[in-house]
Parts: sequence; C-alpha cells; structure tokens
Amino acid sequence: MGIFSRIKKGFSKTREALSEKMGAVFKPGRKIDDELLAELEEVLLSSDVGWETTDELLSRLKDAAKEDRGKTEPEELMRQVIASLLGEAEAATEPADNNEKPRVILVVGVNGTGKTTTIGKLAHYYRQQNKNVMLVAGDTFRAAAIEQLKIWAERTGCQMVSSMHGADAAAVVYDGFESAINRGMDYLIADTAGRLHTKSNLMKELEKVARVLKKKRETAPHEVLLVLDATTGQNGLVQAKEFTRAIPITGLVLTKIDGTAKGGILLSISRTLNVPVKFVGFGEGLDDLAVFDADTFAAGLLGDKETLESS
Amino acid sequence: MFDELTQKLDKVFRRLRGMGILSETNIHNALRDVRRVLLESDVNLKVARDFLARVQERAVGQEVIGSVSPAQQVIKIIFDEMVELLGGESARLLVSPRPPTVYMVVGLQGSGKTTFCAKLGLHLKTKGRRPLLVAADLQRPAAQEQLEILAESIGVTVFREKANRAPDACEAAMDYARRNSLDPVIIDTAGRLHIDQVLMAELEEIQQRLSPAEILFVADSMTGQDAVNSAKAFYDKLQFSGAILTKLDGDARGGAALSIRAVTQQPIKFISTGEKLDALEVFHPSRMASRILGKGDVVSLVEKAQEAIDQEEAEKLEQKLRKREFDFEDFLSQLRQLKKMGPLAGMLEMIPGMAGRLKDVKVDEGALRRIEAIILSMTLEERRNPKVLNGSRRRRIARGSGTRVQDINRLVEQYQQMRRMLKNFKGGGPGMLRRMMKAP
Repeated sequence: MGIFSRIKKGFSKTREALSEKMGAVFKPGRKIDDELLAELEEVLLSSDVGWETTDELLSRLKDAAKEDRGKTEPEELMRQVIASLLGEAEAATEPADNNEKPRVILVVGVNGTGKTTTIGKLAHYYRQQNKNVMLVAGDTFRAAAIEQLKIWAERTGCQMVSSMHGADAAAVVYDGFESAINRGMDYLIADTAGRLHTKSNLMKELEKVARVLKKKRETAPHEVLLVLDATTGQNGLVQAKEFTRAIPITGLVLTKIDGTAKGGILLSISRTLNVPVKFVGFGEGLDDLAVFDADTFAAGLLGDKETLESS
Repeated sequence: MFDELTQKLDKVFRRLRGMGILSETNIHNALRDVRRVLLESDVNLKVARDFLARVQERAVGQEVIGSVSPAQQVIKIIFDEMVELLGGESARLLVSPRPPTVYMVVGLQGSGKTTFCAKLGLHLKTKGRRPLLVAADLQRPAAQEQLEILAESIGVTVFREKANRAPDACEAAMDYARRNSLDPVIIDTAGRLHIDQVLMAELEEIQQRLSPAEILFVADSMTGQDAVNSAKAFYDKLQFSGAILTKLDGDARGGAALSIRAVTQQPIKFISTGEKLDALEVFHPSRMASRILGKGDVVSLVEKAQEAIDQEEAEKLEQKLRKREFDFEDFLSQLRQLKKMGPLAGMLEMIPGMAGRLKDVKVDEGALRRIEAIILSMTLEERRNPKVLNGSRRRRIARGSGTRVQDINRLVEQYQQMRRMLKNFKGGGPGMLRRMMKAP
C-alpha cells in the first residue's frame, strides 16, 4: 500500500465526518459571502482550529477570493489556503544535513499521546528502507515503558539500549548515542517520558538530554519530534510552545487521526511556531504511519474526495 | 484570560452602568466574547451555544445594580449556571449490593486508564477495602506489566492472566476475587477508539458478563472539540455511570468536562492531578467552573459580586426604613438575605437596641420557609399595602400557602410589631444596616 493510500485510510473517518458538513458549506454555485464564511467558521472551530487561526484562514480566503474574481470554486480556494498555511511552516524549516550517521531522532510529548507506539512505527518505516535503526529507552519513569519499547524493538528487528527503571534519562540516551555511533547505525530513535509542559523540572530534564547529545556531536539531535494527540484541543498550542522553549522542535507527529477528531490544532501550531508536521499516525499496526502531506491533509479536512482518490 | 474577559464585558456594559435593565442586545454582544473564552477552553461549540442561551435567558431583564458592574453581574450568572451544569454537588462511587463490586474503567488510548486504576486502587485501599486490579488490556504492549508494577508499588493485588480474550480474563478475575474475598474489582480495559466496532463490542460483552456497579469513562482534560463525540459514543454503547478527568495538573482549561457532562448527563467523579499515585481528587464543580472561565480567583470575584448585590439590597432596605416604607416585599427580601447569613435569632439580636425586645418575633429556620410561602401567596398589592388584608384575603392566602389563617394573623402581627419597633428605632447613621448585615 502506497503512502498516500495509507493516509487516505487514516483520514477516511475524518473525511466522512467532515465531508458532510463541508459538502453543505460548499454546495456547488455558492459564493464566498458572509453566510458561507459563518458556516465555514463553525466547521473550523469544531475541528479545534481555534479562534485566531480560524480568523486568519477566513481573512486569507476573503483575500484570495477577491484576487481570484470567481474563477476558482470556493472549496478549492479554501483547500489552497489551508495547504499554503501548512506549507509555509515546511518552507521555513531547513532540511538538516542528511549524510551524518547516525541521525538522532528525539521523540517528546505530554503523557499518553502515543510516543512509544510512534517510535515502533518509525523504526519500522526506516527498517523498510533497509536502514539500521537503534532504539533507546529514555523513558525511565513510567512503569513498564522499557518493556513496551522492547516489544516494538523485537517486532521491528531493531537493536535497543536501555537501563533500569528510574535511571537518569540523559545518561541512557547518551549511552545509546555512543553505542549507535560504534555500531554504525543509520538512525537512533530516543523515547522520552511523557511530561506535562507545566512541570519545569521535567522540562529541564529534556534540556539536559539535548545538552548531553550536543556534547557528543554539535549537530545532534537532528530531529526533535513532538507527538500530538489529534484529539487535543487548544492546549496543544501551549504544549508546542513550552516544549519548544526547552528543546527546539523540528517537527510534529499527529497521532490517532483514525478517530473522529480532526487535529485542527496543528494549523494553529504550524502557523504560530513555524513547525512542520512530519508524520501522521492512525492505528496500532506497524504500517499505520505516513509521511504528512499538506495537500492531502487539507483535502481531508475539507472532504475533497478527488484529491484523496487520485493520490 | 479572565481579566481580559472582565475588561471586555465591562466595555460592553459601560453605558449601562447604573441604569435600566440588562437588555437582550447588550447581553448578546457580551456573550459573544464569553463564547470565545469557552471555545479557547475547549468547550464544544454546540455545548457552548446551548449554555450561553441559558445564560442569556436568565440574564435578560435583570435589573442593573449600581454598585456591582453589569459585567460582574453577568459573570456571576455564567458561573452559577456552569456550576449547575457541571453537576452541583460532588458525586460518590456506587457499591453493589452483592460483592464484589466491579468498577470497569474505559476510554480512548492514552487518556490515563492504567494510572487511574492504580490510583483508584490506592484510594479504596486507604479506605480499608481490599481491591483487586485486573489487567484486561491485552492490546497495548506491556500494559499488563505496567499495571502489575503500579499495583506492587501500592501493595494491591493484581490479577493477570495470559488469556486470549479480555472478557474471559475478566471472568477469571471475578472467580479469583471471590475465592480471595477481594472487593472491589477494578478492571483496566484496553484503550480504544469509539468508532472501533469490534473493540466496543468487547466492552459490551465484559459489561454483560460482569454487571459492573460503575463504568467509569476516563477522559484527558486536554481533549478538544471531539470530546462530545467520544463521550457520546461510549455512553451510547455502555451507559457509563461516571467520568474521570485526567492530567489536570497541566494547564489545560478542561472545557471537555462541560462537554462530557452536557452530552451524557453523567457526573464527573474524580480528577487526576499528578503522576504520583495519591494524586486523585474528588471532583468539585465550582473549582472546575472557575478553571474553565479562566482563573482561580473567579470564585472570589463572584463572591465579591454577590456581596455587592447583598449590600445593594441592604442599602435599599435601609432607605425604605428611613422613609417608613417597610412592606412585605422588603420583609421577604430581608428574610432571604438572613437565611443566607445563618441563624436568624442571632442576627436580630445584633441590631442595636433590639436585643431582648423581639421575644415575640421568634422565627425558627423551618418557619422561614412558611413565611416565604405566605408572602409569595399574597398579591403585590397586599405585599405593598398590608392594610388591605381582610378576612377573606387571609383565608385565600392560607389556602394558597398551605398554612392556616392563624399563621397569617401571626405573621401580620409580627410585621406590625416590627414596624412599630422600627419607628422607635432611629439612626445608627448611613450604612448602619449594611454593616450590621455584613457582621457574621
């Protein structure tokens, strides 16, 4: 199954839920007027897009419509507006140096967003590309987190470095880094304990993890992925801001998009923080992860069947 | 956020201050800002709309009180209405008549079920119970180990079996609990999406086979608009009896609480406020309401508003007393004020010059309700001009209030006595009555 058809699978529920509403908003022949904007506002707000970003999207849509002079269907215009907002974040981030080995990917987030599961899927994703992947169990806090990661390592045929429950997370990750260098790994994916962004001591711990990695190599970590639950509301933006303060986030992973939640908060995050969305997760299987595509997401949000089916 | 809201509302109401009543238009404008706040707090759009419609209904037509800003007045209505919607009182856990009592814990992935199960186990253990934790999450890798480790750390028995199906494991756990006289049984089920038909059917099967005393729906306080969909889907399938809100040690406003309550009508029983296993608290609707509205100090603000409203009424009364216009309407409003302030006798004793002179006006708390009923059965004219109260009117009032004519006679007598007293009772200076009422 190709990447896009898998995203399609993931978004299908979202699409079903939303396309009805959107279908009503974008009935053929409708013009962009106050009534349409009010209905659109409602759809966006009930997708967790949030006030400010909704206002922004609607004003961009109005501008686009003025410029377009009715040549393009309103729905297509809206799709473009959403995709461009997401694309701006993507363009703003420089792709990191790809040649260095191993690439260190640090996976962070609040409790229960699906970090460990995402790591399992990521490991599988890179293993499929015949890369050597090592996992490091940086979550030394939660009971059985190490065991959980171990099961994923076994499933995906990855090596794993771990220490004991309660050990210093930074030390474990550092050990993992050394060992990944020595064994010539392509990727080192580090799990971290879920932490609420309001706990300053735990955020400091994260800073320390980044610091010890940098001590080894200035370029590490090459990627810091913030895992975000698609059901998260407006607090998602606060989370992203606070995590970025402790450790610069390079990308977002949106999980659990196979439910009815739309993950609209990621529009606010990429708009405010210029952080691109890199992956989406949608299930408990190894394959249930896909590279994020702004156009497909926008289409999914708007229930545009054509774009989804042709991709 | 809350200060911002207050400022915005103040702006909307500025022209209103000290005149007229809260009108539909200006309340409508104000509530638009409130809607924004509610959405920022993740209250579901539709829930917010219904909620504000109720607030509007209550607010329209209310008199603007001079000494409290209309904004504060409206906020008080919003706050009260929200507390009511959130369930008023804190709810308790149900217990089965036939032990062991079963608590089944369900929810989406990552909402915090396993941790909550351990917390509940510890909570019940400290109450002298002997709970059994059942590791029925056979989906997530190492979920059983997680519960096992947590159970061990709090010294609670855990049941774990390598069963293929969760319902079978649960049934085996029940046998185990009965044999070892463990009670209650807390079942940690696998997290699942509400649209997953197969896994939802599995929960139904567990429910049918175990007849739990409570099914507790665990929800992440950071959940956004979708909270209504998942809560409703779980409720439609399982009719859960209570909800748990987790991760409230973060800074999420927790508007999901309002959404869940509104779509399921089920109480929120506990909140989870930290990683430590004793971080479990009983849910308090008023605290949650202030959180959703913005800041902790909204409660004190609301209290201030209430106090100001009370003062306002006291001042009005004082003026009337000066003009000897004291009627049954005032009597009623004063009674209600007093009712809020505690024992009536104590209050009257505090009135300067009245101590010991009111022996015949003994009114116990239970009689307050009767007096209220009597006054409410009077016409406005009768309340304002008690002189018109003839025999036939008194009989009608007695019938209307479920009392006897003697009761009416006594009340009128008391009222007249009070009026006579007030004639003799001069002064204390401006604000005297207000100060008097503020005393505890």
